[in-house]
Amino acid sequence: MSPAITVEGLTKSYGPVTALAGVSFTVNEGEVLAILGPNGAGKTTAVEILEGYRRADGGTISVLGHDPSSGGREFRDRIGIVLQETGIEVVLTVREAIDVYARSYSRRLPTDELINLVGLDGKADARIKTLSGGQKRRLDLALGLAGDPDLVFLDEPTTGFDPSARRKSWAMIEGLTNLGKTILLTTHYLDEAQHLADRIIVLSGGSIVAEGTADALGEGRAFSTISFTAEGADGLPRLEGGPDMTGHTVTYRSTSVTTDLLELTTWATERGVELGGLEVTRPSLEDVYLDIVGETENGGRPS
Amino acid sequence: MSPARYLSLVWGQIRHNNRLFWRTPAAAFFTLALPVIFLVLFSVIFGDQEWSGYSFAQFFAPAMAVFAAVSSSFSNLAIGVSYARDQGILKRVRGTPLPAWVYMAGRIGSGVWMAVLSVGLMFVLGWAFFDFRMVWDNLGSALLVFVVGIATFSALGLAVCASLRNADSSPAAANGVFLPMAFVSGIFIPLDDAPQWLVILGDVFPLKHFAGPFREAFDPFHEGAIIGWEHLGVMGLWLVFGMLVITRYFTWDPRGA
Repeated sequence: MSPAITVEGLTKSYGPVTALAGVSFTVNEGEVLAILGPNGAGKTTAVEILEGYRRADGGTISVLGHDPSSGGREFRDRIGIVLQETGIEVVLTVREAIDVYARSYSRRLPTDELINLVGLDGKADARIKTLSGGQKRRLDLALGLAGDPDLVFLDEPTTGFDPSARRKSWAMIEGLTNLGKTILLTTHYLDEAQHLADRIIVLSGGSIVAEGTADALGEGRAFSTISFTAEGADGLPRLEGGPDMTGHTVTYRSTSVTTDLLELTTWATERGVELGGLEVTRPSLEDVYLDIVGETENGGRPS
Repeated sequence: MSPARYLSLVWGQIRHNNRLFWRTPAAAFFTLALPVIFLVLFSVIFGDQEWSGYSFAQFFAPAMAVFAAVSSSFSNLAIGVSYARDQGILKRVRGTPLPAWVYMAGRIGSGVWMAVLSVGLMFVLGWAFFDFRMVWDNLGSALLVFVVGIATFSALGLAVCASLRNADSSPAAANGVFLPMAFVSGIFIPLDDAPQWLVILGDVFPLKHFAGPFREAFDPFHEGAIIGWEHLGVMGLWLVFGMLVITRYFTWDPRGA
């Protein structure tokens, strides 16, 4: 299967500021890719170039076989865009807005089906200005899907949502992947990326600093934590990441959990000691992310 | 895409913009109510005057018709499109397959519809209440002047939008251009006794060349040709100027505060 998006050596500067310094990645058909990164990392610039809103300075880009900057109608007919902050004619009703924006697509999903898909059933004939923030965002999503697109761009789709609204949106987005849509998602929320994305790209300072599945990102990076209870630190084996005592809890920070565990359990069985409450905690994506972004912001990777 | 499909899209956009217009009371007020108020006020104030059996409204209703038509095209586009750009509506539209020209055609077409409506409204009100009598002889000339005038003022409205950084300044900019221009173009008060420099100033701007021949077309005392080519020429130059500004400066992205 050919990739839905191929980006090679994408560069973009605004005057003296480099927004993107040679970014390359691919998104396969039917895949959900999340771009994570701090503010100013270049996420929006990258996505808006792929959507055809901005021109790249350099690099080759193919989105559904089109160059987005010159793709025109045929290109826009097959993509759906949910921008971060876009206004809409708030004096229209939900149904009127969907009808007017959907008109220009050659394929389209029936209006009622769309309204149902995003859970605005009771609001179909309500003026948009009476909707809550979350409902407006769901209308944005409906408008992005109106042309039954092959590829959907979601720029921070749940920013400002309460937890239950966010769960509902996630379920909705998962529903899209079941329809075979390719999705490019940007987000600030690590749990969102972890929950929705097949693969994650971490963008920082205009470059990709990490790429992979949520699990793979953690490997060999941030520390897992091994903890158990003990009366005191005396006689405990000294490893690279510990021991640290907090009350009766001993913790080791570990990058190679298997080796460290073997060392600890061997030590314990030799002495006939029980490691009470033995626990291994994997690094959260947040730890991984802070670790990755922290490195780049400090200007280099530790060995 | 077939021409029929394009036409249907343009038609859809015109209807869409008309709907927005009627649901935005401020726009409807300034475009339709203001000229109506002027027509009524002035016609009542000068109600006792007459010219060989013709009332004041005979000369004033066509002037207010032009005033309303320019408000429908020029002010509506300058203000409406600026706000749509600021709110990101233009950006949203650009993300769909709707061709840019269809969007603009919808905006302009809706302005034309409002203009036709308001011209009709002025004439009907003038006829019903202030003894305006329709002159049919020069209708073709009036129509030609109307078409060129609306095209010119639509282009200039978009040019104002293109040259502004944000929408908050658009009502001031649009009315700040339009209202003084209306005075120096003799829309409210005839310039017969005005100083020479004011007359020349009026000649430079396009409104006098829209209102002048349009009013003459309904002037029962007027003899000879209605359309001086110099009127169409001046409007044409402004039309080209407006298009150049649009081509050079118009953007679909919000420009920030």
